[in-house]
Amino acid sequence: MKNKSFILIFMALATLLMPVRSYASSGSESGEVNVKEIIFHHLGDGYGWEVPFSHVYRIPLPVIVRAEDGKWICFSSARLQEVVRITNEETGEEELVAEPRIVNIEKDGKHYQFILAHVSKHKNKVVQIFPLTPQEEEEVKAAAKNNPEIQGNVEEAEAIIGGYAGFEEHYYREYKPHDISITKNVLALLIAAVIVTALVMSVVWFYYRKGMKAPRKGVGFMEMLIDFIYTGVIKSTLHDRARKYAPFLLTCFFFILVMNLVGLIVIFPGGANLTGNIAVTLVLAVLVFIITNVMGSKHYWKEIFWPDVPIFLKFPIPIMQFIEIFGIFTKPAALCVRLFANMMGGHMIVITLTLLIFIFAAFGAIAAGGSVFISVLFSIFMLLLDVLVSFIQAYVFTLLATIFISMSTDKGHGHDSAHNENETQTESETTEPKPETPAIGNPSEATA
Amino acid sequence: MELFTPDFGLIFWMFIAFIILFVVLAIWGWPVILKNMDERADTIDKGVEYAREAKSQLDNAKAEAQKYMDQTQQQQAEMLREAARMKTQLIEEARKEASDEAKKVMDAAKVAIEQQRKEAELQFRNEVSKFSLDIAEKMVRGNLSDDKSHHELVDKMLDEIKSN
Repeated sequence: MKNKSFILIFMALATLLMPVRSYASSGSESGEVNVKEIIFHHLGDGYGWEVPFSHVYRIPLPVIVRAEDGKWICFSSARLQEVVRITNEETGEEELVAEPRIVNIEKDGKHYQFILAHVSKHKNKVVQIFPLTPQEEEEVKAAAKNNPEIQGNVEEAEAIIGGYAGFEEHYYREYKPHDISITKNVLALLIAAVIVTALVMSVVWFYYRKGMKAPRKGVGFMEMLIDFIYTGVIKSTLHDRARKYAPFLLTCFFFILVMNLVGLIVIFPGGANLTGNIAVTLVLAVLVFIITNVMGSKHYWKEIFWPDVPIFLKFPIPIMQFIEIFGIFTKPAALCVRLFANMMGGHMIVITLTLLIFIFAAFGAIAAGGSVFISVLFSIFMLLLDVLVSFIQAYVFTLLATIFISMSTDKGHGHDSAHNENETQTESETTEPKPETPAIGNPSEATA
Repeated sequence: MELFTPDFGLIFWMFIAFIILFVVLAIWGWPVILKNMDERADTIDKGVEYAREAKSQLDNAKAEAQKYMDQTQQQQAEMLREAARMKTQLIEEARKEASDEAKKVMDAAKVAIEQQRKEAELQFRNEVSKFSLDIAEKMVRGNLSDDKSHHELVDKMLDEIKSN
């Protein structure tokens, strides 16, 4: 990657030019930026939504969890953290810090305690906690003794012990509840769904209001996009089946596109890394998987269990069958991972470029200034590229989903079967007559 | 890696959100849009076809009109020519008629004149013969008892005179 090598050269130059501060390399200073933490925080989900330009305040969202006894419990995510004003010991400045705290809930006469796990295997998730029984306390002590990090010191509660969560110098027994909270990503998802509905309905309303008039501006653009996908992708691949599958494919395209683009906006309605979250792409891929296999024609299943290949490839040892059945799962899996990796990669690069400023700030004023310039330049470039990638990925997902559906619902009377016959006649190499993943499906190079 | 482990809550909500979105759009969204887009495309196609037809019809009509115009002009010219011809013919006829009439009148006049002249001549002759007879009678009274022979003689003499 060009920009990477450029950054490396820049880094080398900067280190030569700058007087290196002695503590900069030690990495244990309190002012040091924890790059990994920040990146994962930005890419991941959260129980609140950052108020724009504030680091401590969050827009509260409902947390919905199923406690250990099977009761569903709902509370505001604002209760998980508490903003306190503390005075910095070194500089004497006052600053606001979000402190985690225990959420105490009384429901039907029972007492529930939840925390946002930190020292736990379920980091950054809401867990239910229970005070330790004497027996459990022994267990914790035993586990702590074997832990080389803390050498049996349970007072600080800083090491992760399986099944227990450390919180403010105490260990608690933790239970990871079923969690269907309206998190930041879920809310962003709903916002994206509303945006898609509004966009589509704006076109529908236009038809009701203006009838056959030609739409202009926004509605015209929407219609152009719809037509681009419907005529260019769906109809040209599915032909007479286009109308049947168009609603699903168009919904996929616009949902993905809107999620991608909303994810690029930094502040409130956007900023959630939706399509860069594997759960979102997984659902989409699973839906494609279900449609392709439920709607699969006889021809499709025949191609899997008895493909047109020389007999020794399928009879005594079912090599082709194995490959084909494997292919049923890899196709949607590729869909899922492609979208996820591309979008997450884009977000990660932009965040990393931004973080370079803070990394270089340790080297002095000139390095900081230079890195600000370079970082902003590359961030803008990457964000613009991400706008393109957003569209391309939505397009590619729709295109591939269309091709998979087309392949599975094909009755086999088309030129595909004719092609097969030719191949068996000439006894040539057993190549798949199916359209392979087009070259456009690999723009991951652009963001990798 | 927490990034690679799908979160159940998000899967749950994503599934619900997508299904709701899909159902809403599949009922009220896409079919309406696709149908309208198709219909409009058809209408535009028809409109273009109609316009093309109308244009060709217009061109035809223009040619037709030109043809009629030419025809009319031709007819007009013919009529004018006819009229001119008729005019001359009429004049000719009138003239002929007039001349005929005139000739007739003249002829009648000539005949009348001739008649008159003949009558006058006859009268004159009679007068003359009478005078001559009278004269001759007077001259040769008595000798001439036979009137008839005398008259014949006089006539003969008069014819000689006339032929002279």
